[in-house]
Amino acid sequence: MGDTTTARGPVVVTGLSAIAPGGSGAEEFWRLVLDGGCGLGPVTHFGTDGFPVHVAGEVHADGTLPGIDPRLAVQTDRWTQFALLAGEEALADARVGPEGTAPYGLGVITASSSGGNAFGQREIQALWSKGPRHVGPYQSIAWFYAATTGQLSIRHGMRGPCHVAVAEQAGGLDAIAQARRAVVTGDAEVVLTGGTEAPLSPYALACQTTSGRLSAGTDPERAYTPFDAGAAGHVPGEGGALLVVESRDAARRRGVDRPYGEIAGHAATFDPAPGAGPAGHDSLRRAVELALADARVDASDIDMVFADAAATPELDRAEAACLAEVFGAGGVPVTAPKARYGRLYAGGAPLDVVTALLALRDQVIPPTGPHVRADPALGIDLVTRPRETPLHTALVIARGYGGFNSALVVRGLT
Amino acid sequence: MNTRRAVVTGIGVVAPGGVGTKAFWELLTSGRSATRAISQFDASGYRSRIAAECDFDPDGSGLSGEETGRMDRAAQFAVVAAREALADSGAGDVGVPPHRIGVSLGSAVGATVTLEQQYTRVSDAGSRWVVDAADPYPHLYRALVPSGLAAEVAWTSGAQGPVRVVSTGCTSGLDAVALGAQFIEDGSADIVVAGATEAPISPITVACFDAIKATSANNDDPGHASRPFDRDRDGFVLGEGAAALILEEAGAARRRGARVYCEVAGYAQRSNAFHMTGLRPDGVEMAEAIRVALDRARLAPESVDYVNAHGSGTRQNDRHETAAFKSSLGEHAHRVPVSSIKSMVGHSLGAIGALELAACALAIDTDTVPPTANLHTPDPELGLDYVPLTAREHRTDTVLSVGSGFGGFQTAVVLTAPRGEPGHG
Repeated sequence: MGDTTTARGPVVVTGLSAIAPGGSGAEEFWRLVLDGGCGLGPVTHFGTDGFPVHVAGEVHADGTLPGIDPRLAVQTDRWTQFALLAGEEALADARVGPEGTAPYGLGVITASSSGGNAFGQREIQALWSKGPRHVGPYQSIAWFYAATTGQLSIRHGMRGPCHVAVAEQAGGLDAIAQARRAVVTGDAEVVLTGGTEAPLSPYALACQTTSGRLSAGTDPERAYTPFDAGAAGHVPGEGGALLVVESRDAARRRGVDRPYGEIAGHAATFDPAPGAGPAGHDSLRRAVELALADARVDASDIDMVFADAAATPELDRAEAACLAEVFGAGGVPVTAPKARYGRLYAGGAPLDVVTALLALRDQVIPPTGPHVRADPALGIDLVTRPRETPLHTALVIARGYGGFNSALVVRGLT
Repeated sequence: MNTRRAVVTGIGVVAPGGVGTKAFWELLTSGRSATRAISQFDASGYRSRIAAECDFDPDGSGLSGEETGRMDRAAQFAVVAAREALADSGAGDVGVPPHRIGVSLGSAVGATVTLEQQYTRVSDAGSRWVVDAADPYPHLYRALVPSGLAAEVAWTSGAQGPVRVVSTGCTSGLDAVALGAQFIEDGSADIVVAGATEAPISPITVACFDAIKATSANNDDPGHASRPFDRDRDGFVLGEGAAALILEEAGAARRRGARVYCEVAGYAQRSNAFHMTGLRPDGVEMAEAIRVALDRARLAPESVDYVNAHGSGTRQNDRHETAAFKSSLGEHAHRVPVSSIKSMVGHSLGAIGALELAACALAIDTDTVPPTANLHTPDPELGLDYVPLTAREHRTDTVLSVGSGFGGFQTAVVLTAPRGEPGHG
């Protein structure tokens, strides 16, 4: 988009959070990622007999989730509850409260990919097994894709622009880009943005099995191996992240001198229709190139790439070929920490952005995990152990089922 | 300085009362209401048994058997509306490369009908929590993720630029068109298929609104059940449908000699941060959205020729938005015609905002304001000109359209007549 370094300075991130399988809270999650610890395990939310998938990334076993106000718990799905927890953490991290901003200065822009799965399934089950009068009063506000943004807005008194972006896994980056635009144009001073997902209800998981992209692996250590010659699909996971973005000048006025980094560039594209030409990666490459141009950086400025890492041979080949064309074969370190905790759909890319910002802070590229051996034929420099190296700029890639591509550039502030 | 502006060069509609833009506008200007007893499922056990349904024939609308087999009803509506809009504008034939074409599609509840139908299949009619995953409908994942709706529209439009679903509940349609205009203004795309779709008339949707008594239970008189601004209103009537607008960069549209219906001149979205379903009677957040939208359009309140209201047919909405009009437009609120097409096509949740903007574009094009049907006894508490019963010839160069939705979303969009053509039509 047009000129993004306005009189207000660049758009920076001042608050982070993480809700992830294996470790929640940004710092705990970051330690887990650096250690290459595995957050995947057998599904415990329900029995998966008869399902072609048995391993997932669960935030808490058995579908429980501590820390939610009981009055909110009854009227929200798990996906919204993740966001309520993440929102508390990110706003506290940024030290943002309702005071000190204009009445309409606070916005909420989240991504959602599948809405309130368990809540919706429970209510539809009540309807079909007991009758329409057994559908509860909260179905109308808990299941739909806007529920999370609405609840966050109410919880934190955020009366500025409130939006919901949907593009499967790519939507998480699109939401952050939309938040950046709101700050650049002055539509909002501070935006809580990102996404969460809770795709591990029985029916939602059954739906996912028809995507043809899930791993049938039963060993959590080996179930999700992107870019590996043995890649055979992704492991779904739950969680996500919300971030606080604002202009650097506004952050300074609030006394925040060291933001995590800048949201520097973004672009979104879409693949050609199936059968309308060779399935390639031209649209993905265009998204990457446009995001770099938006950030006013060259490919040589990118110090690490957080890959989409779909872990199907065709999609891995396309992403690797795109990276080779833009950066040269093996020309940039590539990582995919999600291989240790799962693909979180609308929550996945925001969590990658959080990870990228922490990597910039600590000057270390987090690993994809020790369980992956990059297929040499792909020609990518896949980071499988933590790599300490000077880091200034990162690229995050996300693709959404159906053909969505999104790319986002974040960089440290000098 | 940003000088790129978005104009509307094509319209496509699937609506209750008839498929196609022409049938839609005939219905709206006739003041007839397309609400009726629900026919899509047996609603006899429900509190509200009425809806505004589309008489939609997929085959007759040009969809192939393969398309119908993979698409939810909401996707079918969206694709048919997009094809009509593209044909209307001619924008698909002027050599704009695919990567400069975008899609911004609103939907509040996505592929609800497919998800519910298929759930009953894999759960033995709701008797099992852990469903049978052995043999699911092969397109079920497309239904789980509403982004599949935008993918279908992108495929039919040849779009390879930014493609997005906007899902802000009942303001989705307005917000999706606003996002499409942003794609144009930011230079991310030169053509955007912008609109919204919804096909929510299913047992779970009807039951969930029953549970909070949001819908009208005037089952004995379905044709007059949607009565915004009337003293005897008793809730909204569920609807379905889709509308697509072709947005183009204004200069490019002018250079190719495109017919321009109107310009997307301003928009803003605010939230009440108050309650998921409740509205405060003062309407201050909607008023703020209106003020910001007019400001971005560089227009004074007095320049608004017509207000397309949210007008859902609930008492709290009528009071809320009437207060918002009075505080944002001042004395002019008492002079400007205000109407709700939901009185005729019902409330199609995420789609209605796009249907309303299609109606606004046609109002500008024809200098005709659609009426509020069924408005026989205006609520004396409200006191504005709600254009009862019959359409009105009225010079219409600037239109304000507003929406309000669960979650607290309040959106305002301003459309204006094409520049350089005062007194068009």
